[in-house]
Amino acid sequence: MATITHLKKACTVNPLKMSQPIGGALAFMGLRGSMPLLHGSQGCTSFGLVLFVRHFKEAIPLQTTAMSEVATVLGGYDNVEQAILNIHKRTKPEIIGICSTGVTETKGDDVEGYIRMVRERNPEVADLPIVYVSTPDFKDAFQDGWAKAVTRMVEALVHRPPPGAVRDRARVNVLPGCHLTPGDLDELRTIIEDFGLRPSFLPDLAGSLDGHIPDEFTPTTIGGIGVDEVAAMGTAAWTLALGEQMRPAAQALHDKAGVPFHLFQRLCGLGPTDDLMMFLAEISGRPVPTKYRRQRGQLVDAMLDGHFHIGGRTLAIGAEPDLLADVGGMLHGMGARIAVAVTTTHSPVLADVDTGEVLIGDLEDLERLAAERGCDLLITHSHGRQAAARLGIPFFRMGIPMFDRLGAGHLTMVGYRGARDLIFAISNLVMADHEANHEPTPDTWRTPHEPGAVAGAWTEGEIA
Amino acid sequence: MSSLSATIQAVFDEPGCGKNANKSAAERKKGCTKQLQPGGAAGGCAFDGAKIALQPLTDVAHLVHGPIACEGNSWDNRGAKSSGSALWRTGFTTDINETDIVFGGEKRLYKAIREIIEKYDPPAVFVYQTCLPAMTGDDINAVCKAAAAKFGKPVIPINSPGFVGPKNLGNKLAGEALLDHVIGTEEPAYTTPYDINIIGEYNLSGELWQVKPLLDELGIRILSCISGDGKYHEVASSHRARAAMMVCSKAMINVARKMEERYGIPFFEGSFYGIGDTSDSLREIARLLVERGAPDDLLARTETVIAREEARAWAAIAPYKPRFQGKKVLLITGGVKSWSVVAALQEAGLELVGTSVKKSTKEDKERIKELMGQDAHMIEDMTPREMYKMLKDARADIMLSGGRSQFIALKAAMPWLDINQERHHAYMGYVGMVRLVEEISKTLFNPVWEQVRRPAPWNVPGDSWQDKAIAQMDAEAAALAADPVRAEVARRSRPVCVCKNVNLGTIEDAVRSHALATVAEVKSHTNATGGCGACAVRVEEILAAGPALVAAE
Ligand code: SF4
Repeated sequence: MATITHLKKACTVNPLKMSQPIGGALAFMGLRGSMPLLHGSQGCTSFGLVLFVRHFKEAIPLQTTAMSEVATVLGGYDNVEQAILNIHKRTKPEIIGICSTGVTETKGDDVEGYIRMVRERNPEVADLPIVYVSTPDFKDAFQDGWAKAVTRMVEALVHRPPPGAVRDRARVNVLPGCHLTPGDLDELRTIIEDFGLRPSFLPDLAGSLDGHIPDEFTPTTIGGIGVDEVAAMGTAAWTLALGEQMRPAAQALHDKAGVPFHLFQRLCGLGPTDDLMMFLAEISGRPVPTKYRRQRGQLVDAMLDGHFHIGGRTLAIGAEPDLLADVGGMLHGMGARIAVAVTTTHSPVLADVDTGEVLIGDLEDLERLAAERGCDLLITHSHGRQAAARLGIPFFRMGIPMFDRLGAGHLTMVGYRGARDLIFAISNLVMADHEANHEPTPDTWRTPHEPGAVAGAWTEGEIA
Repeated sequence: MSSLSATIQAVFDEPGCGKNANKSAAERKKGCTKQLQPGGAAGGCAFDGAKIALQPLTDVAHLVHGPIACEGNSWDNRGAKSSGSALWRTGFTTDINETDIVFGGEKRLYKAIREIIEKYDPPAVFVYQTCLPAMTGDDINAVCKAAAAKFGKPVIPINSPGFVGPKNLGNKLAGEALLDHVIGTEEPAYTTPYDINIIGEYNLSGELWQVKPLLDELGIRILSCISGDGKYHEVASSHRARAAMMVCSKAMINVARKMEERYGIPFFEGSFYGIGDTSDSLREIARLLVERGAPDDLLARTETVIAREEARAWAAIAPYKPRFQGKKVLLITGGVKSWSVVAALQEAGLELVGTSVKKSTKEDKERIKELMGQDAHMIEDMTPREMYKMLKDARADIMLSGGRSQFIALKAAMPWLDINQERHHAYMGYVGMVRLVEEISKTLFNPVWEQVRRPAPWNVPGDSWQDKAIAQMDAEAAALAADPVRAEVARRSRPVCVCKNVNLGTIEDAVRSHALATVAEVKSHTNATGGCGACAVRVEEILAAGPALVAAE
């Protein structure tokens, strides 16, 4: 049981947190033919764009309503209208997802009202799906923006099934949190399909940002889940919500279409994967496929081999709540001690993290506490690189952004295989660090003596 | 806000800025506050521009006053290098919340400055204003003043909130802040007749260090580099330099010009990209220093170094020239460095098929034209598909561009080299040029291309997306060729002014029916050039073709 602390300081140093609007925008990138649009000044979009390009190493669709100083004072109707019309004309999207920013929220732009008016005045976009989500960047964090955007997608796009309609027993909805990578989604898709079920992922970054070569150059997203498929999610037998952040979206889907949901707070590691397998076996009525029985054995073996390296490690981890709970939980289960946990925003999962306190803070806090508490393993996103260098401890990158290593989109932690490979990767890192920095020397175990007592006593000159 | 808008006006009146010189007084008033069109891909904001210009100052604490979006999404993402302090890579932000918006964020800002000074003790704190606190009225000038008085340290307000304009405006506002609050506030420990300032150089990938050894050898001291690998004290005492070189095209022209005006420091605009340009710049530095009283043997010593370095560089490049014969480069770059990179590539024997001048100033474009002769094929607003086809048709063998177009080239399985600010390699000076040639060669002749272009063995020939795209484009081209009416429609629908969404046909019609002769007239009739103003050059070209238009009728 952890207590949650919010340090009171005026200056955030080395931010761990990223803003809500770009979390929302990323969620919209998991829809097919989608164009995410930030309602705000152009710079916010530009920063978001660069961030995602560097993380995914892909061309990223993201546009701006380009609010000027004057427009922010007068209100943004004209900008929203022009942006929608221009995007419609130039890129022919299947859907536009709009996220607000701090500037437009402070002015109090009524974007829902704007959209209605834009539709009335411009018949060509009257039926174009447009989803708006309020994501002021002066509160909450990236993960919250993602979660709110998915909830709004459910509310706006899922059709309510007609009364008495029969549910499609083979169909399941999957609502993944933003802590899961395209690689995770692909692994989950394979697992779910192996139980004879047909999953719909909302959002589906695996289809859009997984590094495949597109069939066409389009300025909108390629792949991802189609608006029509989202509409039909109301007919599914079950919803799997992955990560506590997805609870509101799953609840919304339940409220709207009556689809029951099962929330998986964790997916990484033996226990969580067992739970997933048993749940899928139950709802599909099929036994767990042999393949996974074998993979489970492999994971158990990896845990046995890996515990020599991970066990006893003192971990400092900085991540958004769901990633923190999932990876932290897995490593705790391998014998690591979570000595420092820093996160970005409030969440019910934090209380269950196996550590004394979880701090809502920044990487300065993470670095300071890691030094104070003698941590010897650091896990956070790429911005932890400076801290890792100063601390001189092994550093495993997880989370967004990961701009200084390849393969961010394919790092997989779910399923037996994902956990197995993650354990290998972290263990190998620890081993490499040991070889590079901690090989024993003749002085490693020498007890330091009183100053001057022995030192220099046996110099050659004196012996002679 | 009033002092900020006055500063912006002053920046727009910058006589050294070519773009402004073309504008009427009324237009200048509006300046670059006319932003890009909603629903377009975004460029960086003025805050981004200010930060790009100043963050390379390594020992300064750069504090961003705003919500998490401004710093949290972007910190430590620049490729500048430091020879000393790492403080500049530390992300400081007030990360303002709802309470700060309702009650004002000035108190938080003040406390943040105090925390930074207590914990990090930097020689100065730079405070960057952003949109939200600018909107709610936080007076960062007042807070900085109070903090400076209280803590006895320079606390410099950088008033360049994102929504006042694009990145290049931010560059200039950053320069204004240095002029107003930093330059001339301290004295150097000593001066020499060989002291220079380098203005607008950011030391990306450590590029400056490719040139600095030559300056060291000549006894020329960089009193201050604004801002690459710079230190606060150096900038503060930079007014004692004898001469200055302004590097990055127009980014900080206001700094160079006003330092000439205030302190009599003559400057020239030069580049260290390319062998010829590097030699010219070294010569120019020596000439200015000698004019300002340095012993004139510097000139001869400089020539000796130039001769030695050029010979060395040419010898290193020579083996590549035969390999590069007939190889064509597509260069897509946003303005500032276009012309110098063009020169550099031609020195290596590569042929250029085009160069984007989307963001270039008129002078940039003219220099490209001069360099590339009458065949200069300017590529503006190329669609990804066109870009792909161009590369695919082997009209280009390699593409050099900034990060964002990278994925188009790579997905088209075409060699690509990064020349934007996040690149990993340094390309300055003589050694940098050799490095660029090596990198192009490595990329161009990598056997990976042949493999990644190979279709999957189960693919039916002609069925790949690449084949389809080419076929589709060829079909479109054939259809246009067969149908002059459609071809004309397509020609006329080509966008000229992207900001105001004005196409070629509209401008031609206006020119013809109203006998327009100047860019200003075209603007008042069609709105074209009314946005960022970058398309004025194209409008001039259309006007130059005017007689032909009339004759055609
Ligand atoms: S546009 Fe304004 S709010 Fe957005 S990043 Fe730039 S300064 Fe910050």
